[in-house]
Amino acid sequence: MNLVKILKNAFLVVLFSFVLSACATKTKQMGSQLQGDVYTGTDTVEYLAKGVPDRVFFATNESILTTRSRDTLRKQAAWLRKNPSINVVLEGHADERGTREYNLALGERRANAAKDYLMTYGVSSNRISVISYGKERPVDSGSNPLSWSKNRRAVTVKAN
Amino acid sequence: MIRKIQITILLILFFFPNKVHSLIEVDITRGNLNPLPIAVSPLFSDEKTINNGKTELEISDIGSEISKIVENNLRRSGLFNPLDKKAFLQKPDIAHFKPRFEDWGLIKAQALITGKVSLKEDKLKVEFRLWDVLAGREMVALAFTTVPNNWRRVGHIITDKVYERLTGEKGYFDTRIIYVSEKGPKTRRIKRLAIMDQDGFNTKYLTLGNELVLTPRFNPTNQMVTYLSYFKNLPRVYLLDIETGLQEVVGDFPGMTFAPRFSPDGKKIIMSFAKDGNSEIYTMDLENRIVEKLTNHPSIDTSPSFSPNGKYIAFNSDRSGYQQIYTMKSNGKSVKRISFGKGLYGTPVWSPRGDLIAFTKLHKGKFYIGVMRTDGTGERLLTENYYQEAPSWSPNGRVLIFYRETKSDSEGKGFSAKLWSIDLTGYNERLVETETDASDPSWSSLLSN
Repeated sequence: MNLVKILKNAFLVVLFSFVLSACATKTKQMGSQLQGDVYTGTDTVEYLAKGVPDRVFFATNESILTTRSRDTLRKQAAWLRKNPSINVVLEGHADERGTREYNLALGERRANAAKDYLMTYGVSSNRISVISYGKERPVDSGSNPLSWSKNRRAVTVKAN
Repeated sequence: MIRKIQITILLILFFFPNKVHSLIEVDITRGNLNPLPIAVSPLFSDEKTINNGKTELEISDIGSEISKIVENNLRRSGLFNPLDKKAFLQKPDIAHFKPRFEDWGLIKAQALITGKVSLKEDKLKVEFRLWDVLAGREMVALAFTTVPNNWRRVGHIITDKVYERLTGEKGYFDTRIIYVSEKGPKTRRIKRLAIMDQDGFNTKYLTLGNELVLTPRFNPTNQMVTYLSYFKNLPRVYLLDIETGLQEVVGDFPGMTFAPRFSPDGKKIIMSFAKDGNSEIYTMDLENRIVEKLTNHPSIDTSPSFSPNGKYIAFNSDRSGYQQIYTMKSNGKSVKRISFGKGLYGTPVWSPRGDLIAFTKLHKGKFYIGVMRTDGTGERLLTENYYQEAPSWSPNGRVLIFYRETKSDSEGKGFSAKLWSIDLTGYNERLVETETDASDPSWSSLLSN
């Protein structure tokens, strides 16, 4: 009788700690995908070549490149220098939490921030064109901070 | 004693009906919680007209259809309460010539609309009258002739006349809305320019959806539209002639041109031009294509809108660090920040009366449509929601139309974009029905007069 009770309690404790740890992993996961409100995960990232991510992410209303973004762009620049026949389009995007027209301007500013960085690392400006989509082409349809962070991005796309 | 007073009042009413209740008036400056009871009698039409309507226009009874348009307009204005036709005692034809006011008073109508319509030899002839039921007299009588296909417009013109007579201000019913029709998943929305009557009928699609199109706006004569198109993946400002369908690029600069609007005289387009990460505001003269740069600041300057007299421009800029509303003279001088409330401000649009600027505000994760005076004082928020923006004024400056988007999950479930309208009073918020999802509405001026 007592044993049953103990076992039952033990089972409950185990179950409870399991639930707790599940929660913890989830928040940890979410936390590790956002730094401030800049997306640092890899869910939506595609690769121009092995080890060369195609996109960088931004904080809300910002077009400043993070350390991580600069690292990504240096990899892109190196790859572009090695492949001089390839031209690229830099697509600038915003999340859905702004007015349409402002977001078009913001997307343009983000794409140019990335373009400028590629240029300082030796990619000729005539190989890079820029287009802003504002909030028109999200990659994630969700209406939550994590989805928005994935959408605040500048993506380097092969043009030829 | 009480009875005596009542009798005297009745006698006064009887002897001086014109003076005591000579005018029904509808106050549109405040939220109207007691809309005026009005009876819209079906327009009378003879047998031949009904048959012609059936064969030529494929409608069952043209007179009653027109009266339905009027009724629907009046109801949606929030200022009138059209009464149930089943309660009407008098036949439309007799009511039009000599209304029995006691009968209409009995069903509590304060105003009565009657009319007659005939459709003969490609001509639609319409007569209508507006009656003050309490005073027992005619307030408006009008007759006009038009082409049969215009039958819906007849309903709108009648509504405008009634609205004008009862409120003292011009109406906004014989107007159109141009907007962006949307369909498909949120990540790859297909967008087309669409135009419809303000009541949601007569929808026509002006582009095919092959390229992304945004922010269409009418010129002052409602024949041209300026908008942003991603034709050939080059976001540029375009002009479209609604009748001919001819499209022409106007902002073909090496960069992106966007956020276009016409000047009040229709001769210029004001727009943003973004290049190298900086957006500035420019005008282009449509006749000689001379371009003038109005702002010069390394921040985002966009969403420009002229004052109705053409002397000033409102726009939004993040030069203070955050998106705020500014005004300047039409030559770009005297730039002045006018929004100082908490939050971000965008999409300023000058009211057709010139005294107010409507805007979108983002504060603590909520979007608001609001108005402020042109110096930024007297901010008033009309409606709050998860996401809404881009107000556009009715031509009489009494109603704003805007679009609203709903929340969705990562698969896009729950997402919708719809047009809504709200009175300047903050009352009478209404969904504007569209065939598809819709955004970026722009209200035309009055089509007639």
